[in-house]
Amino acid sequence: MSPAGLYHPGASVLHRLPAGLKLAGLAAGVTGLLLLDQLWWLGAAAVVVAALYAVARVPARLALAQVRPLLWFGAFLLGAQLLLTDWQRALSVVLTLVLSVALAGLVTLTTRVSAMLDVAETLLGPLRRVGVRPDRVGLVLALTIRGVPVIAGIAGTVREAHHARGSVGRPWALLVPVLVRVLRHADALGDALAARGADDEPGSRHGTSSDRP
Amino acid sequence: MITVEDVSHRLGERLALDRVSVDFAEHRIGVIGANGSGKSTFARLLNGLIVPDSGRVTVDGLSTARDGKEVRRKVGFVFTDPDAQIVMPTVAEDVAFGLRRSGLPRAEITRRVSDVLDRFGLGGFDDRPAHLLSGGEKQLLALCSVLVTEPATVVCDEPTTLLDLRNARLIGALLAGLAQRIVLVTHDLAMLASFDRVLVFDDGRLVGDDVPAVAVARYRELMG
Repeated sequence: MSPAGLYHPGASVLHRLPAGLKLAGLAAGVTGLLLLDQLWWLGAAAVVVAALYAVARVPARLALAQVRPLLWFGAFLLGAQLLLTDWQRALSVVLTLVLSVALAGLVTLTTRVSAMLDVAETLLGPLRRVGVRPDRVGLVLALTIRGVPVIAGIAGTVREAHHARGSVGRPWALLVPVLVRVLRHADALGDALAARGADDEPGSRHGTSSDRP
Repeated sequence: MITVEDVSHRLGERLALDRVSVDFAEHRIGVIGANGSGKSTFARLLNGLIVPDSGRVTVDGLSTARDGKEVRRKVGFVFTDPDAQIVMPTVAEDVAFGLRRSGLPRAEITRRVSDVLDRFGLGGFDDRPAHLLSGGEKQLLALCSVLVTEPATVVCDEPTTLLDLRNARLIGALLAGLAQRIVLVTHDLAMLASFDRVLVFDDGRLVGDDVPAVAVARYRELMG
């Protein structure tokens, strides 16, 4: 299993390209997609995106997983656009969105998170002058990505516990226990980050969640 | 040498540690006690995760209150739940996380990460998503992530509690073979048989400090 949004190991040309170049290419690609208003141009772009996935040797299942979350939103968007404009325009809006997400997914699949963080920290470097800590921003991004499977796991455990007690069909009853466990996880993660020196800066805090009962 | 001098610490209203004093330079230190006895709080003192309300903790002369950054370089910490200490999405990235700001060249970081993963049986796991590892593999990863920074001391707070017997034995054997000083908080008394010294905590107080056989007997006596 390799869900959407995670690095897919490989040695393709796309894997070897510098992360900064891929992100710049993504920005250019999405801008280009926004400028295409003819369906046949978008069709050609779809072929290019598919070819890039092939070059990266990403399995079709994984490639589809990048755009599957858009299924319902795409259908809704198509319906809404059809009420406002003609079918060609409606389809081109949805195609632009799907291809943009597919391109972003391709960058994620072929780029390690640490390489992305390096780029983010470099780009945010000038903001140090106004008090922004690029390393912190990078860390937040990494924790967000890491947090997705962790929170999904917590939700799964809580759901199973509810089922084991015969409590089914009340999804809102899961909310509080999931929230409590996520907050506990956040506390523990804070301790771990402090223990690993992520908090070690001049004037850094002392005392962590461990200081709470 | 780690020195704990007359340390007291409250967690909310509860006195978690009550005037604890101890020092140790031995290679293998065990810490045992009932749940809530203060042993985890004691462990967290040792790398500055907790700064005591009163008293002083020093590691090789460095105060955990004043020199936290340097202390954490010397003292690594392994938690009970490995999921809570894995920061990055993939195995190699997580191990490399602790070296990101070390100033080491990228090639050296890669070499160190590769070495530690090979050494602990995670060779070839580099790009594997951390959340797909088994519980034992996650704890190994957590251990690798600490050891890659080459601390002189590793404090482990019940690192085998969430593991099955096989993985608990594996982690126990790996810890026993480490060159670093180990401070191990555990309920698994068998792991302490070869240790140099075992501290026994009860209700926030240090009530036993002896060789394993004597300290464990004291603990059993306390537990009734």
